[in-house]
Amino acid sequence: MIVYKRKLLTIITESGLENALKRDFERLGIHGYTIVSARGAGRRGERLGNWDGSTNIRIEIVCTEEVGAEIAQHLYQHYYEHSGMISYLSDVDVLRPNKFETPDSQ
Amino acid sequence: MKDPIILFFVMGVLAGVMRSQLRLPSQIYDLLSIMLLLTIGLKGGVELAKQNLIELIPQIVVITSLGIILPLIAYPVLLHLGKFKRVDSASIAAHYGSVSVGTFAVAVSFLNAKGISYEQYMPLFVVLLEMPAIFIGILLARGISKETDWKEVSHEIFLGKGVVVLMGGLLIGWISGDEGIEPLKPLFFDQFKGILALFLLEMGLVTSAHLRSLKRYGLFILSFGLLMPLLGALMGSLIGGLLNLTPGGVTLLATLSASASYIAVPAAMRISVPEANPTLSLTASLGITFPFNVILGIPLYFWLSHQVIAFLN
Repeated sequence: MIVYKRKLLTIITESGLENALKRDFERLGIHGYTIVSARGAGRRGERLGNWDGSTNIRIEIVCTEEVGAEIAQHLYQHYYEHSGMISYLSDVDVLRPNKFETPDSQ
Repeated sequence: MKDPIILFFVMGVLAGVMRSQLRLPSQIYDLLSIMLLLTIGLKGGVELAKQNLIELIPQIVVITSLGIILPLIAYPVLLHLGKFKRVDSASIAAHYGSVSVGTFAVAVSFLNAKGISYEQYMPLFVVLLEMPAIFIGILLARGISKETDWKEVSHEIFLGKGVVVLMGGLLIGWISGDEGIEPLKPLFFDQFKGILALFLLEMGLVTSAHLRSLKRYGLFILSFGLLMPLLGALMGSLIGGLLNLTPGGVTLLATLSASASYIAVPAAMRISVPEANPTLSLTASLGITFPFNVILGIPLYFWLSHQVIAFLN
């Protein structure tokens, strides 16, 4: 089986930022992502996930290395200072590399 | 404290404080809030259809102004006496200028239990009081800054969950009328108290999480969380009295003015003024003001409304 290397960008942040982030993704040309509700704890305290004000989301985007770095940089500049947010990039193997490329990079 | 719904709230607080495993899924909380908002909206809409809207214009103007004045009073107090940062003062002020529908629902249930009537179109005031404070809060934090994306802010405010459901309920009630919503009665109106009880259980759990952070922020925020609602209630009941509302209506307006937002305003502030500390304002509005209003405030505002009406006459 032939697999191709892509990056998985995972973002964990406040659920209140969901709409703003979706707009950002749109602007950055990202059309595919997965969002799940999450709870947990960090430097800003505990997120119990029991109501909107205390819920996190985890967003996963599979993309090329360049796009992953671009999004991560954007998040770092716009959200890291004042919002609860972490993100990390990891390596993943995919079967259909074209699916994870933005129109620009194809 | 004979009303069992208050005991549901207390149970939630105690379970939370003692770190019990009790937890309602957030989807249940969402559904309960939506049902409460729809019930309140539908009822208000049906009554609104019976009103002459032209006659309501003075009330609409006065009550919208109240939503602008309350945060403007709170802001300098927080900034100068509380010595909070500008963004935090503005954000807390916005919370207190806006309203809590949960508190309103408890006040409605309180009046129903006592058999006291009120202007049934009051839910319109909930919508009117919910929004202006958010704009004022952002203006106080930012000034008239080019950085603020007002389009995005307006989207957040006018299309927030609460406003859409409440406005939607009002419109559906208005269009459908008494007979139209009759088949919905078993789900919404008959279950109101039960839904409110479950909602308050969850609110108790949520509140308990914010009680823990109370120690960190000290005496000023505690005093503010208790005194600001009293000032709001006084202003609300005076305005209600001057608008010739019934004692029940005055009680509801006092409760609305006393209540602090914990859904619409925090959500808007996280987007528009992210550097404001959300824990600080939620500690005040959820940790102090909400339990105070639910347990002690509402009976007090009921008493106050009678005093104010007697005073004005």
